Amino acid sequence: MDLTVSVLLATFVLSVLALFVFIASMGKGLFGSGGDAAVQIFDSHELGIVEDPAATKAQRGSLQQAMDPLHEREQRTAQEVATRLRVDQSSSLVVGVCLTLSVLWLVLASVAGLIASFKLHLPDLWVEQAWITFGRIRPIHLNLVGYGWCSLAGIGVALWLVPRLLKTELVGARYALWGGALWTLGVAAGTVAIALGYSDGMEWLEYPWAIDILLVIGGALVGFPLWMTLLRRKVAHLYVSVWYIAAGLLWFPILFLVANWPGLHFGVQQATMNWWYGHNVLGLWFTPLGLAAAYYFIPKVLGKPIYSYNLSLLGFWSLAFFYSQVGGHHLIGGPVPSWLITISIVQSMMMVVPVFAVAINQHFTVLGNFRALLYSPTLRFIVLGAMFYTAASVQGSLQALRSVNTVTHFTHYTVAHAHLGLYGFFTLVMFGSIYFIMPRVMKWEWPYPWMISAHFWLVLGGFAIYFIGLSWGGWYQGLAMLDKDVPFMDSVRLTIPYLQARSVGGALMTLGHLVFALHFFMMGWKFGPRRLGAALLAAPDRTDAPARPRAGSTQPIQPRPSL
Amino acid sequence: MSIFARKYEMDELRLVVGAMLILSGATALLVVMPYLLLKDLPPPPGLKPYTALQLQGRQVYIANGCLYCHSQQPRDIAQAPDALRGWGRASVAADYAYDTPHLLGTMRTGPDLLNIGARQPSRDWQLGHLYAPRAYTPGSIMPAYPYLFEVRQGDARPGEVVVNLPPAHAKPGQVVVARAEALALVDYLISLDRTYPALKPLPTPGSAEKRAR
Repeated sequence: MDLTVSVLLATFVLSVLALFVFIASMGKGLFGSGGDAAVQIFDSHELGIVEDPAATKAQRGSLQQAMDPLHEREQRTAQEVATRLRVDQSSSLVVGVCLTLSVLWLVLASVAGLIASFKLHLPDLWVEQAWITFGRIRPIHLNLVGYGWCSLAGIGVALWLVPRLLKTELVGARYALWGGALWTLGVAAGTVAIALGYSDGMEWLEYPWAIDILLVIGGALVGFPLWMTLLRRKVAHLYVSVWYIAAGLLWFPILFLVANWPGLHFGVQQATMNWWYGHNVLGLWFTPLGLAAAYYFIPKVLGKPIYSYNLSLLGFWSLAFFYSQVGGHHLIGGPVPSWLITISIVQSMMMVVPVFAVAINQHFTVLGNFRALLYSPTLRFIVLGAMFYTAASVQGSLQALRSVNTVTHFTHYTVAHAHLGLYGFFTLVMFGSIYFIMPRVMKWEWPYPWMISAHFWLVLGGFAIYFIGLSWGGWYQGLAMLDKDVPFMDSVRLTIPYLQARSVGGALMTLGHLVFALHFFMMGWKFGPRRLGAALLAAPDRTDAPARPRAGSTQPIQPRPSL
Repeated sequence: MSIFARKYEMDELRLVVGAMLILSGATALLVVMPYLLLKDLPPPPGLKPYTALQLQGRQVYIANGCLYCHSQQPRDIAQAPDALRGWGRASVAADYAYDTPHLLGTMRTGPDLLNIGARQPSRDWQLGHLYAPRAYTPGSIMPAYPYLFEVRQGDARPGEVVVNLPPAHAKPGQVVVARAEALALVDYLISLDRTYPALKPLPTPGSAEKRAR
């Protein structure tokens, strides 16, 4: 046993050392300022100029005032503007399609989740039909959220970000379009399969393998164009967001293929594989996509580079290294080798390294500019999402500790935590990104700014009720289950009010999503009182700026900064 | 830009190599190692393979998502009072020798079921509980599964299994008959019994010869 412990310890120390040497080899001076690469997302003279296509004219004026009121407006070169236009144009169709599909899945997923939530405190609700029983509608909810909403929104955002960050037109947009379509078909087929009772029986891996093939081909058709674009890049530096997206596109297919390979896994090994996958799909797929978006939009909206480029390098590699090994903490107390659990707990604690690297970077970029949140709808969602990322990660590390896990494991507390990550962090970041991207894709402003506010406050209020209620109830549930003198049924009964609170919160969130979807489709059909068209491409409004050209042309009359 | 700076930048090659190395490390740890360690693990002598009907029942368990509320992994008494609730000793890897896909579960919205067959071996109870959970466990939030049963006026046909509900819940003149799925599921549930000892007794010198004799 001593030998095992010392071998494990030596391996751990060695691999962590190797990781840091590896990271150091790529940074030109760890913790220094980033220099070229960090400002690479800005065209010349774009630094200091705010950008938020989701903001109203007045908001944009205030935003610029809050950030850099004295900034001199300067012209970018015509070539830069032309490149940006061409590059955005190359991805706009496929991005629009992916985001539209993702919003449809979001609405369906919310409804499924809400039904599942109601069923937990109204167990005799809609029991006559098999397809809507709790045990089917719950995995339908999870898969619609994971593969429908989150993945397609993430893919859409990635397809938009990568060409922009590489200043290179998207290669093979047609294939990516087919990819998005096949992926959607897979999600639809998988949902029907679960509803009919054809499930592989593992969380996150319910879709039957025949349907998984659709997702594999669809994912490949999205991944190859993005990697081809990367190989043809016209920029010298790869920006942080590109690392995350490119790596995520490599990691996900491997995870998905290994996990879904029929006939390969068995018994307890399948359980460790299940959580290797279940945690990595969060850590190596959703998290990279979400962080990529946050790393681009926060500095872009504010018009200033991220706090420390090299810190982001540390954050990236340590995230990959530590996150990929934490899956075992889902099986603490289970029939699994104890070394595996211990490693996962240790790596869960080590997750504070990447989390603080990202947290310092993203929060210090915003620090001192919190007024900007008042004026930028995009930033409001994304900065809040980034805060939830820090919170969810720290909570996750603590939850992996044996003492805490003993209470929270098998309870609703874990469900609340999962929503802090995938909703509080990822979904909010996606909302912000969509608010930024869609005006560029559609060349149309969001018709009703009040709907953005309504969406924000509904989902925030709903989520607060959801998270606080369920965490609280879950913790009590865990304590009750650990007390041998408390009958098990008491641990069920005491959760009822908290489950009801969750339904209230979930209903508000769903309402928020309906507002968002309605607004999204109104924009799609070019509803709304104002048609700004290509005028969006004009400079940010300053209080002293002349009125922008109004409706009409589809091409910018005079290209200006802040495209 | 100096050559030095270029050399130490993040580029595609570093990205691919680094990302793949790290993922293979994690995969080796969490997927391959357990595979190698567990693939030749013999099933315990006390554990019987599932019958065809029990396997069908296991599919019904999966199809209806029982695993989203019920775990199948009692924890050690040092960690949690699972054994005191009658859920059984802490399970070991060999207990799952016939369990593919695994159904360890992540929630205990309901109790652990790894030993439900030992705890509640009555088919009548199991069938009735699936049909009307709250008739047996007041306050339960388990969904009722009426679609696994057939409710009819009059009598059951020969060969059909009638659900004997508690008198307060039975309606006069009406008979509740279990469908094949319900029977298979209950057969599977009753088969869940890992009460045999987890570890074989340690071999003592000469024990092999004794067994041979």
